[in-house]
Amino acid sequence: MLYRENGQFKTSYRADQQIFPILQDRLAIGLLLAFAAFVVPFVAPEYLFRAILIPFLIMSLAALGLNILVGYCGQISLGTGAFMAVGAYAAYNFSVRIEGMPLIASLLLGGVCATGVGVLFGIPSLRIKGLYLAVATLAAQFFVDWAFLRIKWFTNDSSSGSVSVAGLNVLGLPIETPVQKYLLCLAFLVVFGVLAKNLVRSNIGREWMAMRDMDVAAAVIGIRPVYAKLTAFAVSSFIVGVAGALWGFVHLGSWEPAAFNLNRSFDLLFMVIIGGLGSIMGSFFGAAFIIILPIVLDNLTVALGFDTALASHLTFMVFGALIVFFLIVEPHGLARLWSIGKEKLRLWPFPH
Amino acid sequence: MGFFLETLIGGLMTGMLYSLVALGFVLIFKASGVFNFAQGAMVLFAALAMARFAEWAPKLLGTDSKLVANLVGFLAAMAVMIAVAWLIERFVLGKLVNQEGITLLMATLGITYFLDGFGQTLFGSDIYKIDVGLPKDPIFLFESLFQGGVLVSQEDLAAALIAATLVGALSLFFQKTATGRALRAVADDHQAAQSIGIPLSRIWVIVWSVAGFVALVAGIIWGSKLGVQFSLSLVALKALPVVILGGLTSVPGAIIGGLIIGVGEKLSEVYIGPMLGGGIEIWFAYVLALVFLLVRPQGLFGEKIIDRV
Repeated sequence: MLYRENGQFKTSYRADQQIFPILQDRLAIGLLLAFAAFVVPFVAPEYLFRAILIPFLIMSLAALGLNILVGYCGQISLGTGAFMAVGAYAAYNFSVRIEGMPLIASLLLGGVCATGVGVLFGIPSLRIKGLYLAVATLAAQFFVDWAFLRIKWFTNDSSSGSVSVAGLNVLGLPIETPVQKYLLCLAFLVVFGVLAKNLVRSNIGREWMAMRDMDVAAAVIGIRPVYAKLTAFAVSSFIVGVAGALWGFVHLGSWEPAAFNLNRSFDLLFMVIIGGLGSIMGSFFGAAFIIILPIVLDNLTVALGFDTALASHLTFMVFGALIVFFLIVEPHGLARLWSIGKEKLRLWPFPH
Repeated sequence: MGFFLETLIGGLMTGMLYSLVALGFVLIFKASGVFNFAQGAMVLFAALAMARFAEWAPKLLGTDSKLVANLVGFLAAMAVMIAVAWLIERFVLGKLVNQEGITLLMATLGITYFLDGFGQTLFGSDIYKIDVGLPKDPIFLFESLFQGGVLVSQEDLAAALIAATLVGALSLFFQKTATGRALRAVADDHQAAQSIGIPLSRIWVIVWSVAGFVALVAGIIWGSKLGVQFSLSLVALKALPVVILGGLTSVPGAIIGGLIIGVGEKLSEVYIGPMLGGGIEIWFAYVLALVFLLVRPQGLFGEKIIDRV
C-alpha cells in the first residue's frame, strides 16, 4: 500500500529517466543519506566506526569499481588489490614529495596513477578473455606486490615497504577522529556512487554491457571493443585506486604492501559476486556482507566456546559455501533479492 | 659452468613439480571445461589427509611399520579425495551445467575457500610431516667434468621420476582404456558424448578423482619437501602460469610449460634478480605467461579455439 507508483505520472523525459523514478525510493534514499550524515556521527560508538562503518564505505567504493569491470564489462579481474595498492602508494608519493599537496588532490591523483596501471594491465584483454584474462590479471597482483616491497623509491626509502601518513586535513579541517574520517569516506562514496550509476546508464555503460553479453555481436553493431574494454579498465581502476588511497590514508594510516595482497582481491571479487554482478546497489550489499560476516562469525564461535583458529577456518568455509550457493541459486546476488522484494512490495497486498 | 648447470637442473626439478600440479588443472579442463582454481586447495587437502591418516594409522592398527602407515594414509587420503570429487560433482558442478566458464571459475574459487577451511578444521592447521622415505641427501654428478661437480638433490630427482611415471601412466590411461576414451569424448563435445550414452556425471566424478589423485601425489612430494602447511595451496598459484604457457588442454604442454617456468624462474632469479633487487621469482612466471599470451593466446600446445574480438 505504501510503496507503489500508482498516480505518479511522468510528464517529461527528465522525470522518466531519473535514477529513482518512484517518489518513495527518493524519499527513502534521502532519509538514509540524511541519517548517515547527520545522525550516525552523533550516536554511533567509536568501535562501530573503526571496525565496520569506515571499512564498509571504502570497500563499497572498491567493489563499485570492480563491479564496473567484472559485472558491467565482463572482464574478470583478480588483480584489484594491486590497483588499490597503486592508488595508495601513488597518493602517498604525491603527498610526501609535493609540499602543501591537498589531501583530496593526492587521493584523486593516486586514482589517476591506478588508471594508468590498470589500462596497462588491461591491454592483454584485447587479445585474451575469460579464464586467460583472470590469470593475466594475477600478474598485476604479484608484480605490484613485489614492486612496492623491493623498489625503494616508491616507499620513500622505507626499508620494509611500510609507509605512514599523519596530519590529514581537507581545506583546513582536520581528518583525525573516526567521525571525521567517516564523513570524508561517505562524501567520496556518495559522489562516486552517483557518478558510477550515471556512467553505467549512459552510452558508454551500455557499450560495456554489450561487450559483456556478446562481444562479437557488439563489435558487429559498431561498438569498438578496444575502446569499450579499455575505458572499463580505466574507470574501474580509477575508482579502485581512490578506494585504495582512502584505505591507506584514512582507514589504516600506516600500511605495507601486504595490506593489498591477493586476499584483498579475492575479498573484493566475493563482494561483487555475492552483492550482485552488474549492479551498483549490489556493491554496497556485498561490501556490507563481507565486512560484517567475519565479525559475526568470530563473535558467534567465541560465544559458543570454540577457539579463534576454528573461527577463522569456519569463516573460510562459510565464504566458500556462500559463493557456491549464490552462484547456483541466485547468480545476481543480494541485489536481485532486494529488487524481487521491491517488486513484491509494489503489488502488496494484492497478488497481481 | 658447474654452477649454471646446477641452477638449470634445480630449475628442471622444480619445474617438474609445477607440472605435476598443472597436470591436475589440465585434466579437469580437458574433460569438463572447468578452470579448476581449487587444484591448490586440493593439493593441500590431500596432503593434510595423507599426513594425518599416516599419523593416526599406527595407533589404530597397532603396528609401527612406516610402510603400513604410509600405505593406509595414502589409501585413506585417496578415498577422501574420491568422496570430495563426488561431492563437488553432486553439489556444485551438477547444478552449474551449461553455465559460462567464468561462473564455473568463480565456483571453484568458492570450493577453494571451502576446502582450505574444511581441511584445516578436520585435520588441524599445524605443520605436519609426510615421510614416505624419499632420500634426502644431495649427490654430486659429473665430478670429473667440472670442479666440485654438480650438486643435485636426490629428493628432487626422485620426485621428478615419480612425476614422469605419473604422466606416463595418465597418458596410457587416456589413450588405451575405455574410460580414457570416454573422457576424451566428453572433452570434445559434452552433448554428443551424452547422446551416445556416456554418463556425464560419472565421467566428471572420475576426472575429479583423477585430479584428486594427482593432487595427492603432488601434495606428498611437496609436503615431504616443505612440510604440510597452508602455504602448500599457494603452490597452485605457480601452476597457473604453467598451464597458461603450455595451453589449457595439453598434457605435454603442462609438462613443458612447467619445465620452462621452473628453469626460467631459477635462472632469472640467479642472473637477473640481483639487478632488480631480488625476489623476482614471485612474478616472473606470471609476466612470462602474460607476455607469451600476447603473442600466442592459445599457449604453446593449446588448441586454437579462443574466440576473441
